[in-house]
Amino acid sequence: MANSVSEVSTMAATDPREVYLQGLVQTVKAAVPEDLALSNLRSRTELLLKEQTFPSPRQEDWRFTDLSALLAIAFTSPGATSGATTVAEADIADLRLPETTGAQLVVVNGRFSAELSQVEGLPPGAIAGSLRTLATQLDPDQLADRLAQASGGHDVFTALNTVGFGDAVVVWLPRNSVVETPLQIIYVSQPEAHPLIVQPRCLVVAESGSALTLIEDFWGEASDTHFTNAVTELWLDANAQITHSRIQHEGAGTFQIAKTVVTQARDSQYLGTAVDFGAKLARHNWEIYQTGEQTTTKLYGLGAIAANQHSDTHSLVALSHPHGVVEQEHKAIVDGKAHSVFNGRMAVAQKAQHTSASQLNRNLLLSDQARVDTKPQLEIVADNVKCAHGATVSQLQSDEIFYLQSRGISAPQAQRLLIYAFAMEILDRIPLATLRSRLAQTIAQWA
Amino acid sequence: MINQNSDIILSVSDLHATVDGTEILKGLNLEVKAGEIHAIMGLNGSGKSTFSKVLAGHPDYTVTAGEIVFKGQNILELEPHERATSGIFLAFQYPLEIPGVSNRDFLRVAFNAHRKARGEDEIDVFDFDDLIEAKLDVVKMDAAFLDRSVNEGFSGGEKKRNEILQMALLEPILAILDETDSGLDIDALRTVAGGVNQLSTTDNAVVLITHYQRLLDYIVPDYVHVMADGRIITTGDKALAQELESRGYEWVLEDHRAGVTA
Repeated sequence: MANSVSEVSTMAATDPREVYLQGLVQTVKAAVPEDLALSNLRSRTELLLKEQTFPSPRQEDWRFTDLSALLAIAFTSPGATSGATTVAEADIADLRLPETTGAQLVVVNGRFSAELSQVEGLPPGAIAGSLRTLATQLDPDQLADRLAQASGGHDVFTALNTVGFGDAVVVWLPRNSVVETPLQIIYVSQPEAHPLIVQPRCLVVAESGSALTLIEDFWGEASDTHFTNAVTELWLDANAQITHSRIQHEGAGTFQIAKTVVTQARDSQYLGTAVDFGAKLARHNWEIYQTGEQTTTKLYGLGAIAANQHSDTHSLVALSHPHGVVEQEHKAIVDGKAHSVFNGRMAVAQKAQHTSASQLNRNLLLSDQARVDTKPQLEIVADNVKCAHGATVSQLQSDEIFYLQSRGISAPQAQRLLIYAFAMEILDRIPLATLRSRLAQTIAQWA
Repeated sequence: MINQNSDIILSVSDLHATVDGTEILKGLNLEVKAGEIHAIMGLNGSGKSTFSKVLAGHPDYTVTAGEIVFKGQNILELEPHERATSGIFLAFQYPLEIPGVSNRDFLRVAFNAHRKARGEDEIDVFDFDDLIEAKLDVVKMDAAFLDRSVNEGFSGGEKKRNEILQMALLEPILAILDETDSGLDIDALRTVAGGVNQLSTTDNAVVLITHYQRLLDYIVPDYVHVMADGRIITTGDKALAQELESRGYEWVLEDHRAGVTA
């Protein structure tokens, strides 16, 4: 085995993308603390990475999202031994939602911060915190069955995260545990002297019959160059329910590549809303794998980007059992020279009879230089299914603006109202009133 | 109601307008006084709807000659929203659907835009709710419609009633109803017409643009104009509408041609 590894690395040395990837692997490994070695998992995953290269636009999956700019940047990991970066409470106070008081987990540059977190609002038996300190409360075998075990773990950035995450947030709900207080995880990107690669990792296991409202909030303020490579794994066992809001408002210099992977057992319900406002370049891979029948999956997405921002959502819903219901609506508002990408893949296998799926992608272009690439990708093998999809790219309709003007509303106000309305159709899916109104405010100011 | 001493609300003279370089209005003249109800009839393509859009300031149309004087002011330089807040209201033939904007919010924003233009303070959500619910009666509309997106999923009749509700709220001085009756069943037509009649006073005026005499059984016009080829070619009272209904338009057009050539 050792031989074959060294052979592969020797060959890799010729291609700059492979060299860069292997460099990143070494960089992120430096972030791994001794108490979180996970040697089997990590070495297995590292082997997978030896066979991979850093993505290029020549690969179909990365055709519209060019990561070449990263190749020129030498990232470092936040030091495993030099002490975790901290953030002042005042800097994140505004992010805390009143509804989540008592259930807030704060992660700074991938490291869980016990000082800034609160878990007293969680019901007895529910576990939430850092993998590094929770190890004694978790059954090692059960953990091994879940951590980094979802489909798609070999994807290059997912594997990179697995090889080098320095900490992980774990949320584990026992059978029938209903968490009344929504749980908020705040991931802070805090720059250091050198450009950082940080790798937040989150594992949520909702055992049979449990229910959770989860908010993931990726936030950074700095315009410094920064790379967030995040992975969140959600497991919904039979009849479990998770309502998930994922907000990405990273700093203007941030590259964020993220994976949300949801594994749904029979009768489970996942309702996810993903909002992308921030980052210089953001790629969200949102993957749903069905492992039992009659699952419900609702995916709502909103991107609002301007200037030179780039936002890419690649979703995959893989159905392999009957009676699944999928509803997806993804919207983007694109201004300036921004570029929005949507690739919505639905794979309906032979066994997934009586699937009902719909997908709608709507894009609003606010400038002549803005760009949208959209690609619905339906792969349907089952024959008794309902699958509808549609995609639109449009500008604000002058007739709609005129209608509003004819009622006394000025053209700029009419435009703001229409943009706001376009966005609110997605934001209204977010169950927390405070979060919804904060995001609405952002849109109102943005438009 | 005709009263020769009433103020002139609208005076259109020798109006020419084009769309995409094609001339549609070719010297239209019309004068409307307070308290009057005018009906403009005519065949498809005669320029009726263009006239209504030009009055409201639709950006697709270019006025190439003539003037529109509203309450003594030439409005050609005014933006559509400025025309609206000065008292012109166009009920659309095809009201637009605006997904994501609740009817209630839309009406409030429009109402407050009018108040702001008059130098008045905006009214808050609660006061507005009382106000709008009182107006619902005018068009016999259920309050549930206020919380739906503007016109989204409304039937044809509901959309037209929603237009009249807006008119009831905004209290225009000049209301132009562009084929508000087209496609309505008789009950909806009665409701819409009843609403317009309730809103009609000696201080305001209504211009009805219609294909059908039937509307004029419910809203009785003081004047009936016939449009052809971008002009008003003849004017009469409601008897003219009945004659058009029974004899069609051909005789008017022929009389007009004869008159032009004579």
